[in-house]
Amino acid sequence: MRHHLILKVITKFMVGVIILFGLYVQFHGDYSPGGGFQAGVIIAAAFILYGIVMGLDNVQKVVPVWFAQKGAAIGVLLYALTGVFSVCFGYEFLNYSAISPEHPKHGQHYGIIIVELGVGITVSFVMIAIYYSFADRTPRLDDKEW
Amino acid sequence: MALTQNHLFAVIMLSGAFSLVSAMLFVVMDAVDVAFTEAAVGAGVSTVLMLSTMALTVRVQKETKRQFIFPALVVFLVGILLIYGTLDMPNFGSFDSPAQMHLGSKYLQITYKDMGIPNVVTAILASYRGYDTLGETVVVLTAGLGVILLLSDLKNRKNKE
Repeated sequence: MRHHLILKVITKFMVGVIILFGLYVQFHGDYSPGGGFQAGVIIAAAFILYGIVMGLDNVQKVVPVWFAQKGAAIGVLLYALTGVFSVCFGYEFLNYSAISPEHPKHGQHYGIIIVELGVGITVSFVMIAIYYSFADRTPRLDDKEW
Repeated sequence: MALTQNHLFAVIMLSGAFSLVSAMLFVVMDAVDVAFTEAAVGAGVSTVLMLSTMALTVRVQKETKRQFIFPALVVFLVGILLIYGTLDMPNFGSFDSPAQMHLGSKYLQITYKDMGIPNVVTAILASYRGYDTLGETVVVLTAGLGVILLLSDLKNRKNKE
């Protein structure tokens, strides 16, 4: 892939657009279709695209292997701690009204945003980590070999 | 078409294209969430993973001399059974289907009052069914851990041993 100039230029442009769309799906998920799962996969797809075109070393400068693997766990932790948070304030596990007791509606809204963020972080980093572990083993191929 | 190919590259590309087409089908049926996921996972990420698996293994499937009549018969029969099963289902988008009558309409009524957000799917997924979604997220993490444990960093591991 060293000489594919057009692919590289287009990828550099598209990666930003894809990540922006992923963030929109993530944080606008309570008004429009989408949510953590979809956003996570879209953002991961942007990084995987960058990795395919620019090479594994370059994408691992942005998201190192240890970061992808720990990030996956951090997302689940964020989700579960939201539940623990509401338990600490005397609500049921994962009852987001605990976040703002005067306005249970707002609490639910914030809770959904936080939880979806946790899901998004986990999904995107898991996808990236799986891609790394596959791509790490593959020897670099010439165009003819495909 | 994907079934008759021996070149795995073509098979992978065709199944990616099939995923994209089914994503469009989901859009037509107003399941945009599912279409997102199908397009990104089915056509995008899993095609990449299949391609890198192919790069690790072989490019061409071995020729087989097995008989295809019995498996074809089984597939055909299961297909007939599945189509027979759909005959009992309500028509697509029908007003009085069970999905519209009971729980679905209740969620539609109470969600805005409880949460103040218009997307009922997100509200059910993240709040009413928060336990399930937590479980799903843990499943995703576990699957990722499995792949990482099996595949990653093998070169260095062998050197150490």
